[in-house]
Amino acid sequence: MNNHQIFIAYWTIARKESGRFLRIWKQTLLPSVVTTGLYYVIFGTFIGSQIAAIGGYSYMQFIVPGLVMMAVITNAFSNVVSSFFGSKFQRDIDELLVSPTPNWVIIAGYVTGGVLRGIVVGALVLGVALFFTKLTVHSWAIVIGFLLLTAIVFSLAGLFNAAFAKKFDDTMIVPTFVLTPLTYLGGVFYSIHALPPFWQTVSQANPILYMVSGFRYGFLGLSDVSVWASFSLLAALCIILLFANIFIFTKGYGLKN
Amino acid sequence: MPNALSIQQVSKTYASGAHALESVDLNVESGDFFGLLGPNGAGKSTLINIVSGLVTKTGGKVGVFEYDFDKQVEKAKACLGVVPQEFNFNIFETVENIVVNQAGYYGVSRADAKRSTQSLLKQLDLWDKRDQPSRTLSGGMKRRLMIARALVHHPKLLILDEPTAGVDVELRRSMWDFLRKLNEEGMTIILTTHYLEEAEQLCRHLSIINQGNIVEQGSVKDLLSKLHQETFTVDAFTDVGPDVLQKLQAFKARSVDANTFELNTSDEQSLNDVMRILDVAGIRVRSMRGKTNRLEELFVNLTHTKHV
Repeated sequence: MNNHQIFIAYWTIARKESGRFLRIWKQTLLPSVVTTGLYYVIFGTFIGSQIAAIGGYSYMQFIVPGLVMMAVITNAFSNVVSSFFGSKFQRDIDELLVSPTPNWVIIAGYVTGGVLRGIVVGALVLGVALFFTKLTVHSWAIVIGFLLLTAIVFSLAGLFNAAFAKKFDDTMIVPTFVLTPLTYLGGVFYSIHALPPFWQTVSQANPILYMVSGFRYGFLGLSDVSVWASFSLLAALCIILLFANIFIFTKGYGLKN
Repeated sequence: MPNALSIQQVSKTYASGAHALESVDLNVESGDFFGLLGPNGAGKSTLINIVSGLVTKTGGKVGVFEYDFDKQVEKAKACLGVVPQEFNFNIFETVENIVVNQAGYYGVSRADAKRSTQSLLKQLDLWDKRDQPSRTLSGGMKRRLMIARALVHHPKLLILDEPTAGVDVELRRSMWDFLRKLNEEGMTIILTTHYLEEAEQLCRHLSIINQGNIVEQGSVKDLLSKLHQETFTVDAFTDVGPDVLQKLQAFKARSVDANTFELNTSDEQSLNDVMRILDVAGIRVRSMRGKTNRLEELFVNLTHTKHV
């Protein structure tokens, strides 16, 4: 395939994947908006009004970036894991596997779908936040950089999960037992500086802390950990997961007999 | 001109340890209409899935036209159109999108893909269903959709894995005509089927595979010439008694009912002799028909021998 044909193949997959989540927006876009809206009401307004300012920002302002990041992580992951596993389950993934589309293009197409859903949901959740509080932006570049990298990392992770999943239950294990606890313990609702030293150290082993902190730094200029450490970790995860996916596609693990 | 498909010593052992293919050699000439026959579990689908890139072979070489499947996989795949045995499309996607997207995976521009899709869906009587989700199609329509999807990028080699399974007689005949037309236009076609009449009607060359090995291959004519015996069923206007059957002993005649009997003829025997004996005995023949498909007899002989 020449570059033009490769682009057509990529665009076909990306268009199909984006069309899928937009077509079923009530299942893909709305739930996160409703859930996060409830977080804003309960934690931000009701409980947040009784919590002291953090770094000069109200509790509501403090939790918005973390909640946006939580929505991005969940949606990027679940978009790819459910779409790719669905294709494996119905065997329409064979349409791609018999075609000359290179493996990295298939990966890029699915990741694009996940990233777009993450960004769309992130933007919607951020839009809802504006009904509750004012937001400042310390650095657009950091906000966009962390948003994109996080969405890419979790789209790649979703693809990896889906490739190995043998039944629908296998696609739910990571979101339920890994992503949700790590996100809740990743500094979305609190600064890790509020924790005892031991738990501060333990928290630093949680990769989601770096994503939430880096993203929050983009808005507020506040971070629990070094922004460069966060950026480096995200970049490293991107590269590792990309090569892991290319490896399993090349070998056909979970895809071919 | 290189062969459309060259398979050399291809083997496949699954993780369970099951040997699906032992060491298969197969060549399909460019422009051929080739049949791959075998009982269930013989290894037909495994072989086709290896060529399609859906199953990883354990050993051997596969070439598609001038391309080595291991070294030039993208170019090899670009030559192939594959119609699998099982329905494998997104049940929520519309008929038109399924075919247009498939063209996109081969790098065909959306405008060209839409044109080809329209032409194919019209030829296959699916154009009226273009906006419907694929799950609403009947079984026959789904089969035709898979054919349209496999053809949308204009492959040089079309592989069909039991394309007419579960399809009614009328539709099967129209699909045969469609496939014949494609072949006449220069497309190489490889077909697996359980309908041996289908293979006899369509294919010029055949391979019979059993227990992961090719047990016979050659032209349909040559293969049928290896069949040394045919069975006929004869219906008479009057009762055929034991004395008449006795006279037909050389043909192993046996009674089916009062005025019907079966007989076997070998390569050296002539049906004229049968007619002469019946004529002398005063038996008027109402009809005579081959009891089984000739290829089916050969198939059963070969696969049964191998089993034994």
